[in-house]
Amino acid sequence: MTAVRVPAERGTGAGRRAAGPRRRGRLAVAALAVAALGLALVALGLGDYPLSIPEVVAALAGDQGFATTVVTQWRLPRVLVALAFGAALAVSGALFQTLTRNPLGSPDVIGFSTGSYTGVLVVTTLLGTGTLGVSAGALVAGLLTALVVYLLAYRDGVQGFRLIVVGIGVTGMLHGLNVWLLLRAETEVALTASIWGAGSISLVGWSQALPAFAVLAGLTPLVWALRGPLRQLELGDDAAGSHGLRVEPARLAVVVLGVALIATVTAVAGPIAFVALAAPQIARRLAGSAGLPLAASALTGAVVLLAADVVAQRLPTALPVGVVTVVLGGVYLLALIVQEARRRW
Amino acid sequence: MVTEGRLRAAGVTLGYERRTVSTGLDLAVPDDSFTVVVGPNACGKSTLLRALARLLRPAAGEVVLDGSSIHRMATKEVARRVGLLPQTALAPEGITVGELVARGRYPHQNLFRQQSDADRRAVADAMDATRVTQLADVPVDELSGGQRQRVWVAMALAQQTGILLLDEPTTFLDIAHQIELMDLFARLHAEGATLVAVLHDLNHAARYATHLVVMQDGAVVAQGRPGDVVTAELVEEVFGLPCLVIPDPLAGTPLVIPRGAAHTAAD
Repeated sequence: MTAVRVPAERGTGAGRRAAGPRRRGRLAVAALAVAALGLALVALGLGDYPLSIPEVVAALAGDQGFATTVVTQWRLPRVLVALAFGAALAVSGALFQTLTRNPLGSPDVIGFSTGSYTGVLVVTTLLGTGTLGVSAGALVAGLLTALVVYLLAYRDGVQGFRLIVVGIGVTGMLHGLNVWLLLRAETEVALTASIWGAGSISLVGWSQALPAFAVLAGLTPLVWALRGPLRQLELGDDAAGSHGLRVEPARLAVVVLGVALIATVTAVAGPIAFVALAAPQIARRLAGSAGLPLAASALTGAVVLLAADVVAQRLPTALPVGVVTVVLGGVYLLALIVQEARRRW
Repeated sequence: MVTEGRLRAAGVTLGYERRTVSTGLDLAVPDDSFTVVVGPNACGKSTLLRALARLLRPAAGEVVLDGSSIHRMATKEVARRVGLLPQTALAPEGITVGELVARGRYPHQNLFRQQSDADRRAVADAMDATRVTQLADVPVDELSGGQRQRVWVAMALAQQTGILLLDEPTTFLDIAHQIELMDLFARLHAEGATLVAVLHDLNHAARYATHLVVMQDGAVVAQGRPGDVVTAELVEEVFGLPCLVIPDPLAGTPLVIPRGAAHTAAD
């Protein structure tokens, strides 16, 4: 064999990131977990009956009379809901963005939240049923929207960009439908529906939180089982398939789990925008990982939603958390565009 | 007609949604060969390779691996025996060479066991064989085209399959990197791998192949040792290219010299 001319290697680079990506990922997860815990303790102390962090810890630990009631019965559900729902939204976003290989391929962008809202509007304005009906309506309509988007985008398998474009189109149509449903409803009903449509967790108590927690806890091991296939899907269909991944079933599983996560959240809290969109991208930058990291995304989502809810509570006029996330998301999108622009020019 | 061999297509009809590419195609990959498939554009050579890799299900017939139909085997079982270097693969943003190569270990892993010592050894060996060990911690985005292609080869090698399929592996590389890669494949073949490559360059095919397969309009029109297969008549018939075939002064294999329209004076 003739001598092989090996081009100059970037030898200097070797070792520069020695043991790098994995350790940084673990550090990021640990830091985010600490941040989530700290923020939760602060949030439990906030309100009309303010408590310091030691008082919160004491109230959680044992019977401190009124303080314990305030912390465990009034504030804990809301804080846990913020953490769990933020995590669920972020993981749903990571699943869909990995599937579509596009940071815009987020479930809130491609119509699933809007579809859930349509379901709620149908239930409240046309059928006039209670809380359970609202949850069911949101869940069923969210799943139906996902199914419609998936089928419309399906052509010999589902390709990421087509899913996004079809999803944005379906979102547009559903928006129109939602406005029409609101306009023809009675004022009082429309008002209630609008409040749900802004996305809020301020009124969620243990009775609504616990079933949602149970569902999310059930979904968690399934998502965990998908982490290997997700890393394969990132490589493109041919590489994934040649590694023995059954690409279409894997993709369908990602879609079903992603929709189940966001639909569970939306059914209880209404559409909360941008956590699913932004959290996975923030987590990837923090963890320095290849692809969107699931654990770091979940923790980032938890911190983001809890922080947004604390801000929403502390404003002069209490706002639904969905309004705050929309504003945060807008800032995030601007930052993303500015960063992109700097890189190009 | 060769019928033995670990991997073969038996009467496969291949195509996409409405277009049928091949009908009733038979091809056996000789064991321990460096088989190269050539043919004009759209002759169905990449389609055949996709079928051999189990990425495309034949409308009729079957692809047989070690005596069983490949579509009735577990996908990971197939992936432990047959690897593929695809024409297009995506490197996730920010992934390092080492991490990317490690993803080739997927068929050897399961839900609970993700990284074993065997995995780490296979990844190290694959990076050694492709000379990318130095680059292990460098992001793939920062590599040149030639280096990147070697990394993809390393990922396929880490899969540790006896059979490796290569879909136009040299297409986007300059001539030096093409030869470097072909020499790498020749070395892998000498070390015992069975290779099947789809190539565009007839002269590379003739020089490196131990078994040459020529396809036209979805059918195999000739196969055998390059010295027996590559003739001026065949090239003109299959590619529509008038040419001269002389022995390669270095390797002795057939060398195809196109006549072209502008240089007929030397005749």
